[in-house]
Amino acid sequence: MTDNTAQTPSGPVLAADGRPLKASLNRALRAQKIRALLLIAPLLIFILITFIAPIADMLFRSVENQIVRDTLPRTVVALDTWTNTDEAPGEDVYAALYYDIFEAAEFRNHSRVGSRLNYELTGVSSMFRRAGRGVGRFDTDIYTDQFTALDPAWAEYETWTGLMDDDAIRAALPETSDAFDTWIHITIDANDDVPAEEDIEDFVFTALYRDLSNTGYSGSNALLSTAADAVAGFESVSLRDQFADMDEDWLDPTVMETIKVYSPSYTPGYFLTAIDMQLTADGVSAQPEDRRIYVTLFERTLFMSMVIMGSCVLLGYPIAFLLANLPTRVSNLLLILVLLPFWTSLLVRTSAWKVLLQQQGVINDVLVWIGLVADDNRLQLINNQTGTIIAMTHILLPFMILPLYSVMQTIPPTYVRAAKSLGATNWTAFWRVYFPQSVPGIGAGCILVFILSIGYYITPELVGGRTGTFISNRIAYHISSSLNWGLAAALGSILLAVVLLLYWAYDKLVGIDNVKLG
Amino acid sequence: MSSLPPYATTGQRIWFYGFRVICGLIFFFLIAPIITIIPLSFNAENFFTFTPGMLALDPEAYSLQHYRDFFTNPNWQQPLWNSIKIAPMATFLSVSLGTLAAIGLSQSHVPFKGAIMAILISPMIVPLIISAAGMYFFYSRIGLQGTYLGVVLAHAALGIPFVIITVTATLVGFDRSLTRAAANLGADPVTTFFRVQMPLILPGVISGGLFAFITSFDEVVVVLFVGSAGQKTLPWQMFTGLREQISPTILAAATILVSISVVLLATVEILRRRSERLRGMSPQ
Repeated sequence: MTDNTAQTPSGPVLAADGRPLKASLNRALRAQKIRALLLIAPLLIFILITFIAPIADMLFRSVENQIVRDTLPRTVVALDTWTNTDEAPGEDVYAALYYDIFEAAEFRNHSRVGSRLNYELTGVSSMFRRAGRGVGRFDTDIYTDQFTALDPAWAEYETWTGLMDDDAIRAALPETSDAFDTWIHITIDANDDVPAEEDIEDFVFTALYRDLSNTGYSGSNALLSTAADAVAGFESVSLRDQFADMDEDWLDPTVMETIKVYSPSYTPGYFLTAIDMQLTADGVSAQPEDRRIYVTLFERTLFMSMVIMGSCVLLGYPIAFLLANLPTRVSNLLLILVLLPFWTSLLVRTSAWKVLLQQQGVINDVLVWIGLVADDNRLQLINNQTGTIIAMTHILLPFMILPLYSVMQTIPPTYVRAAKSLGATNWTAFWRVYFPQSVPGIGAGCILVFILSIGYYITPELVGGRTGTFISNRIAYHISSSLNWGLAAALGSILLAVVLLLYWAYDKLVGIDNVKLG
Repeated sequence: MSSLPPYATTGQRIWFYGFRVICGLIFFFLIAPIITIIPLSFNAENFFTFTPGMLALDPEAYSLQHYRDFFTNPNWQQPLWNSIKIAPMATFLSVSLGTLAAIGLSQSHVPFKGAIMAILISPMIVPLIISAAGMYFFYSRIGLQGTYLGVVLAHAALGIPFVIITVTATLVGFDRSLTRAAANLGADPVTTFFRVQMPLILPGVISGGLFAFITSFDEVVVVLFVGSAGQKTLPWQMFTGLREQISPTILAAATILVSISVVLLATVEILRRRSERLRGMSPQ
């Protein structure tokens, strides 16, 4: 056995410049890759910013729920310790809610958190709006009066800053220092005032009262010691009752439970709503019967897309078959009849159907004229499912014909002839030989039509009326009318997942590189 | 299929002609709605159906009043101008970025080619309502919602897949030795691109551009959300018109759009044949 390689000079093969050939080749390849990537980079960055980032933002919004935690931070913490959800929580929670709503109202955030929680529990929105106006009129001014009566120094801004500069006092009076900081924040940032010139708000004194009566004061500050001794004799006011006076529902445990359930920064709540479930303190449960609409809507979207897809196959297959079997000259002419609708504006085609399908429109006129339909009993063809199916079949038909046609063009006519010469009837030759070869075209066309159809918005909106609308119409409604963006994002994410799944199937079946246009 | 053999049986004859009648009806279904609105747009009355006068071909029953309305009413002129301002800008962006990227993608060694292709094609796959929702949320965050730039960027993103698909298809048949020959004769890469490669792939670039243009010109869902009243485009005006107060001027606008489509379709068809001839493929 001779070893030929042993005869050649050892060591790697060298390129002309003396480098190893392998390294040289790798370098050239790398340069080529970098050049290709540099050409692609501008567009890739463009698409990432203008398109992918928005989609990512939508996915993020479908679970994002920071508003409750951001607007009601103290309440969220206070509710952590509330476990007996059969009855309303104690005074601490209502005190926290008092501070939170006061701050939110000054920054005009309270109605936003109210509308957010209203998606989960109807009526909360108006409670928050009323609370935003009401917290300023609480009877907590008695604390202010009692403290200033005890020592007028309490009304002075300098007294407070003196106390709050001392870390030991801050540690002893946590609620008070938090309330005072909040007050400074409100005065400067929300009202554009100078704290030194403003009267200190009642809620700061409320916090002081609560701190002193809850834990007392054992430090060396004379002012605080006097106050701590005096608070026992102060007249007090229950914040829980104050909220209850404003609206009985504040004592309803379900309201507090809703705040507690929706307090985390991220929530599956929108997704659960999108599939007719709801999140409660006891876990996930089905929505009440009368609020279940989304599953029905998804089912209707899928069902109508199937019907549209089916009618597209029924109408598209004969046309594609005819086009593929006629001489090129004739078929090219007929292809224009398919391409013209394809190129015509979607709005034009939808307006055409809107005009034609009306009760006083051309189609009903013709039917009456022929005598198929009585003049006083014209067909209702629009603003229902029929309208959507007719118009969308027309709009999506070219998307079925074109892939079918391109597949059928590649089927050799000799196979059918061979089948016939072997004794097959026309039908057998078609069904057993031609049809199986056209199945990939049917698959491609069906997936394409189905993908396009389940995401359609314009046509169902214009000719669908109430019963012929799709999930997209609901998404648009939540974005522009009900402003429940989270739910819109969740519905959109589910739709996106379905479309991507179908797209993956399409890619496996046809290959995205084989998409042809025109 | 093209003609009936002389020995065909009666059943075959019935099937042969029956099949053509069925196909004729389907073609009628495809084309009739578009054709019908053209005469209706010349209606002298504010009706959406043929008046007895129109059926009798009475010249009195026809008029250009809806076209006059279209060309004088600011409710239609403003959207028309907005469309004319938005679509070419969006097309320019998609074509320039898309052609570069398509050339990059057609090189022989592109890392992550599949993933990149999927990302670039995605605006065509994702349903418009989802793109519109995402863009509305995101563009509001960065202050582009309701601006001219926002609408142009959104439309450019939607047009890019069409440019990528048509230009890469043209590049598949591109003979690389031509650029090598140019380089060999002393041309730098930029000159090679503009003097050798560009003229050859131009038909693909133009038809990609036409697709991008029609995408933007026709688009209504995204502009509804990303735009504000100041960016109201022609399709948007038609959409509001159809939803709220349906006026026959819509038919005049539709007829004008159909004529534009016919011109664009003819251009794309001519370009496609030219491109196939240039690449040495048999003309269809």
